[in-house]
Parts: sequence; C-alpha cells; structure tokens
Amino acid sequence: MNKPVEEINRHTIAVLVDNESGVLARVVGLFSGRGYNIESLTVAEVDPRENLSRITIVTSGTAMIIEQIKNQLRRLVPVHKVHDLTIEGPHVSRELALIKVNATGEKRVESLRIADIFRARAIDSTNESFVFEVVGATEKVDAFVKLMEPLGLTDVSRTGVVAIARGPNPI
Amino acid sequence: MAHHDTLTGAEILLKALVDQGVEVIFGYPGGAVLPIYDELFKQNRLRHVLVRHEQAAVHAAEGYARSTGKVGCVLVTSGPGATNAVTGLADAQCDSVPLVCLTGQVPTHLIGNDAFQEADITGITRPCTKHNYLVKDVNLLAKTVHEAFHVARSGRPGPVLIDLPKDVIQNRGEYMPPSKVKSKYKPQVKGDLKAIEKAVDMIAHAKRPIFYVGGGVINSGPAACQLLTQFVRMTGFPCTLTLMGLGAFPGSDPLFLGMLGMHGTVEANMAMHDCDLMINIGARFDDRVTGKLDGFAPKSKKIHVDIDPSSINKNVAVDLAVVGDCAHILEDMIKVWKAKQCRTDEKAIKTWWTQIEKWRDVNCLAFENSNRLIKPQYAIQRIYELTRHRNPYICTEVGQHQMWAAQHLRFDLPHHWLTSGGLGTMGYGLPAAMGVQMAHPESLVIDIAGESSIQMNIQEMATLVQHRLPVKIVILNNQYMGMVRQWQELIHGGRYSESHMIHHPDFVKLAEAFGAVGLRAEKPEEVDGVIKEMMAVDRPVIVEMRTDASENVFPMIMPGMAHNEMVLGPEDKSRDNPGSEQDGMVLV
Repeated sequence: MNKPVEEINRHTIAVLVDNESGVLARVVGLFSGRGYNIESLTVAEVDPRENLSRITIVTSGTAMIIEQIKNQLRRLVPVHKVHDLTIEGPHVSRELALIKVNATGEKRVESLRIADIFRARAIDSTNESFVFEVVGATEKVDAFVKLMEPLGLTDVSRTGVVAIARGPNPI
Repeated sequence: MAHHDTLTGAEILLKALVDQGVEVIFGYPGGAVLPIYDELFKQNRLRHVLVRHEQAAVHAAEGYARSTGKVGCVLVTSGPGATNAVTGLADAQCDSVPLVCLTGQVPTHLIGNDAFQEADITGITRPCTKHNYLVKDVNLLAKTVHEAFHVARSGRPGPVLIDLPKDVIQNRGEYMPPSKVKSKYKPQVKGDLKAIEKAVDMIAHAKRPIFYVGGGVINSGPAACQLLTQFVRMTGFPCTLTLMGLGAFPGSDPLFLGMLGMHGTVEANMAMHDCDLMINIGARFDDRVTGKLDGFAPKSKKIHVDIDPSSINKNVAVDLAVVGDCAHILEDMIKVWKAKQCRTDEKAIKTWWTQIEKWRDVNCLAFENSNRLIKPQYAIQRIYELTRHRNPYICTEVGQHQMWAAQHLRFDLPHHWLTSGGLGTMGYGLPAAMGVQMAHPESLVIDIAGESSIQMNIQEMATLVQHRLPVKIVILNNQYMGMVRQWQELIHGGRYSESHMIHHPDFVKLAEAFGAVGLRAEKPEEVDGVIKEMMAVDRPVIVEMRTDASENVFPMIMPGMAHNEMVLGPEDKSRDNPGSEQDGMVLV
C-alpha cells in the first residue's frame, strides 16, 4: 500500500494543571498508555494562590498524533489549559544543566576555556573537578556536553525544556 | 470533639449521595467500609443491593445507569473488593457509562505500608476511569462526592472512583451541599454555529449520504434521540446505528438500514462504503465499525459530531468536526435547516435509495431454519416476536448470541438495549439486567446469554432471588465459546483450541438450586412454549435453549478487510480470502 510518508515533528506543549497529587501520574500514564513519546518533561508549581502547576512536554509525532495528544490532555479533569507552543507562534525555550568534569592539567584548563565560550559558570570546584552550570537551548547544552566528554565528563543532570511564548500575551 | 454541626464521614457520604439523587447502591461490605455499612443500616432512603461479586456490582450499576440515564452508584471495600471492580470500571469507561464507585481504603496512616487489604486503587484505575479521587480530609468529602457526580455525568459520561480511607469516614467534619460546590470541569455542550451551518450545507448538497449514529446520542438523552429521528426523517436519508447506538433511531423505520460494522447488514456497510457524505453523530469510528481504514468509505466527505474532542480525527480524519452535545447540535442543525429552507437533492437521493434497496434485497440476515435443531437466530426472532408488546429491556453477554441479538432485535426506543460494546466483557449481561430490573421493577428484563458468558457471573442468580428481581435469562447453549469457535473455524484452520467446554452444569437444576425457575427447550417447536412460560413467571428464570452448535454469525467483515468485502455466509467464496496481516497491523 502506498501511504504518503507522514512527517514526524517535534512539538513543545505547555500544560496548566491543578497542583494535586496524582496529576503528573495522569499525564505520564496517558503518554505511556497510548504509546506517545516523551522527549522531555518538566513540572513545577507556578501559581501558589490558584494552586496551579505548569508542565512543559516535548514530544514528537505526526500531526494527527500531536492533535490526539493535546485532546487527550484536555480530557483530563485537572488539566485547565493545553498550548502547543510550536504551532502557536514564536516561543523561547531553555534548559539548564549541571555538568561534572574530573580533570587535571591541560584538560582542566581546556574545560574552563570551553565553559567560558558557552557562558557556563563553575559553581563547584575541587583540585580535580568542576561542576558547570550551563543554560540554553537543548542544542547548546548538547554541544557543551559533547565537548566536555573527552575532557573528563562524569555526570550530567539536566532540567529538561521549559518554554514560554514570546510577546505580551499570557498562556 | 463532637460538635452539633459536624457529622461523621460516613454520615456526610450518605447525605451527599441522597443529595445527588442516588436511590440504589450496588455493593459488597468489608472491613474498610464497615462504618459506611453501619450508617446504611440506620437509614432507609438508600436501598442497597447485595451482590455476590464486586464486578457484578459495577455492571449492575451500569445497567441501572444505561436504562435510566442517571448516575449508577457502587460501594465496595478496599483491596480485593476494589480490584474486583476494575473490569466493570473499564467496561463503563469504554462505553461511556456514568458511575460513581466508592471504594474503602486502609486508614491514611497505613497507606503505602502494604497493609491488610490495601491496594493502590487510584493508581490501578487511573487509566480505566474518567477520573478518580483519594479523599484525605473529611472536610473535603462532601465536595469530592458532588464533584465526582458532576464529572461522571457531564460531557462524555464515564466512571469516577472515590477512594475513602477508613479514618476519613470515621472522623467528624462539615457537610457541604451541592449548591456550594463550583466545579472547574465544564465541557463544551453548544456546537460552533459556523460549523453547524457548514454541516447543513454539506447535507443539503449530498447525493449519497448516510447517517452513522452511535451511543453518544443515547447518552445525550431521549431528547437527542427524538431530534435525531426528526432530522433524519426531514432529510429522508438512510441511517445506520452502531452496536451502542441501537434504539437511538427507531428500528422499525424504513430509513433504518440496521447495524453496521463487522457483523452489520449488507445495506448498512455497502452504503457506508459508497456514500459521498457520512454524517457521524455520537459514534467514534471504532475498529469494529471501520474495518480496514484504508478502505473505509473512500469516496466520502465526513462530518463528525462528538462531545469528546479526542474522538475527532483519532482513527479517521474528518472533513468537518462539530464538538458539543448531540441534542444541542441536532437542535441547531434543524433550526438552520428550516431557517435556510434547505432541500435535499431529491433526484440523487432517490437514485441512492434505489441502489440501497438492491443491497437490502440480498436479505443478508436470512438463515436456513431447521425443524430439527434450534437455530439461534430463530430463538432470538421468537423472543422478539413474543415479548415486543411488553417493550422489554434486553441485556446481552458477549459473543455470537450478542451479535444475533443486535441483528435480529428491533429497538424503537433508546435505553432498552444494554450490551458491552467497547470492552466486550463476558459476564456483563446478568448483573446489568439486575441493575435494570432494580430501576424498572414492573418491566420485562431479559438477558440473552451464551452458556460460556453466563458462567462468568452466574453467582448473581443468588442476588436475583434474594432481591426478588424477576430477570429472565435465555441461554443459547451451543456447547462452545461460539465466537471463538467461529474465528477458529474461519481464520485458524478449524483448530478448536480450548473453545469447547465439554462440561456444563445442568442449567435447569442450577436455576432451581439458586431458588429460581429453570426451563429448557431442545427442539424448535418447544421454543415458543418456554418463552411464554418464562414470561408468565414472576420470578427469576433461566431458560436453556440447546441450539445448533455449528451456526456462525454472518454477514462478517473479516479482520483487516473493508466494508465492501463482507462474507455473506458459509457458501460465500470470498471467505477463502480472509484478511492477512497487512502493513504490520495485527489482526484482532
């Protein structure tokens, strides 16, 4: 059968939910139960007065799957808003990573040089190690991690993507 | 501690149920819910039906809900009580039945300790309920119950579970009436008027249209069914119904083409395949309806009316979607149709009907009757003819008998046909019939069953007898799990792996052992007699009919095939071409 190859695209979706126990399990369970991808997921309370948390999900799929994901999310009772930042207009997205590098001698100096280029900060230091903090788009963090690998990279901790629409309008 | 304004959690719970209009609870007691049962003992506003297995409590509540349009209510204990209810909840979730299931839970300080009869039931039921709650504070109990009923009945209905730790139902707290609870859950009911106008325009210009209508219209209520009937008749278009939709449009209307799908009629499936406009109202393009997606109504534009946005473009991409409640949307469609003085393309519609009548002339549900063996189709036709004047409620189990019932019974009213469509739960029919009979004590309630399905919840015979519920159970006994045997015959080379139940109980003696009435028919000429006798008895009855063991359900769309590739009967050559695994799709 000659089906047109459907394009798989990456989408960043912002979800505003009630900050209650089990809500993250509902969202994650929906993705695993229906076989959707999660590339990255972050969550934190954003409005203590209204008791709301914001989940940022990076997922990929065909246009039909992405539409399903959004509609399935909207169907959850504690979910209030679902916005597809990728199609709704320009947005900014950032990730923060903490990266541990064990190095001495020339490698140690080189790691500091690269950190400088990436505007990463050393936030912990011993005679044989650094912990760098780097913030940026996923690709930038990826690049930084890759450059640190031959220099003694031992540990990476990343937040996953947080994103917000550009311009004055709220979600 | 006790204050005159406060109540125990159990008192709050029952007050909230009464305020929500609950009249009957289907349940089973146990340690964690004893304080609630103690409170039930002290009052007489709420009736309790004591089932013999918690799964049956949920199906009974489904029967109650589907036959009344109200929310069904279940009460079970923690641990095994709650896990036994899971199949029923999954069934209600698939078929969009509004339920509130109350489960006991170990006291809050023991949660997570692997305590006796502890199960993480909110975790277990998260994917098979519309929503669930764990109540940790007695002061949130009333609010939670009111919100649960609101969620269960609003939008696309479904089951909602409330987990109640024992200390929460024993502690004292304040009651909150439903009027004080403001829920943020507000699904869209009115359809977008622009979309409705566009739909009406498409309908007016259609040349080969068909209404494809599902259980959503029945869930929307009797008004939606009346509006649908009115609109279909205004247009003069053909109308087919899904398994869950039977009764939404009168079965005796000449515009009705019968059920569609895997065991649908030739006229319904061929009209779906060849249509140029499909008007889907409250159906969800289930795989049992669509068959092979590549070959599904390839020449058609599709309109989809559904209250659940996630049903739109899930399986089948549509040309126009209208999200909202069927009743509101149908009302607006009729208004727009009248305001714009729309007319259908009469000439084209007449040609279309000429074609449909040719398909109808195939008479696809005909079968070769026998004067030696009871043909299951004959048994169902006789049940229909002999009981229709009593306007019975018909429940079924799952399998061949269910499909024959769907094909050969005609429903002119909604809410009279109860079957497990989405989940396909064997053992659904008997407890569902129990719930229907509780809601309609004067009505004739029949469970059409197979000998295999009935044994999945046969223990509920005791409940029927105890509560004096005169449900009539007709078992079409063909000695096999008939639908499994049919698939093995047609798809698995006739290797009848584990589908033959060599030993069955003596159903007549079994009925008598439970304190019910047992009847049996072994020959076609005995069929009418046992049906009449069954109807004359004001007690629960099991009628066993020994039917032809080799009969199969036709027409049939083989898995992986399209609507125009039906197999009409055992002689049909196209059966030699059963679906194979295509495009990596596993056939089910």
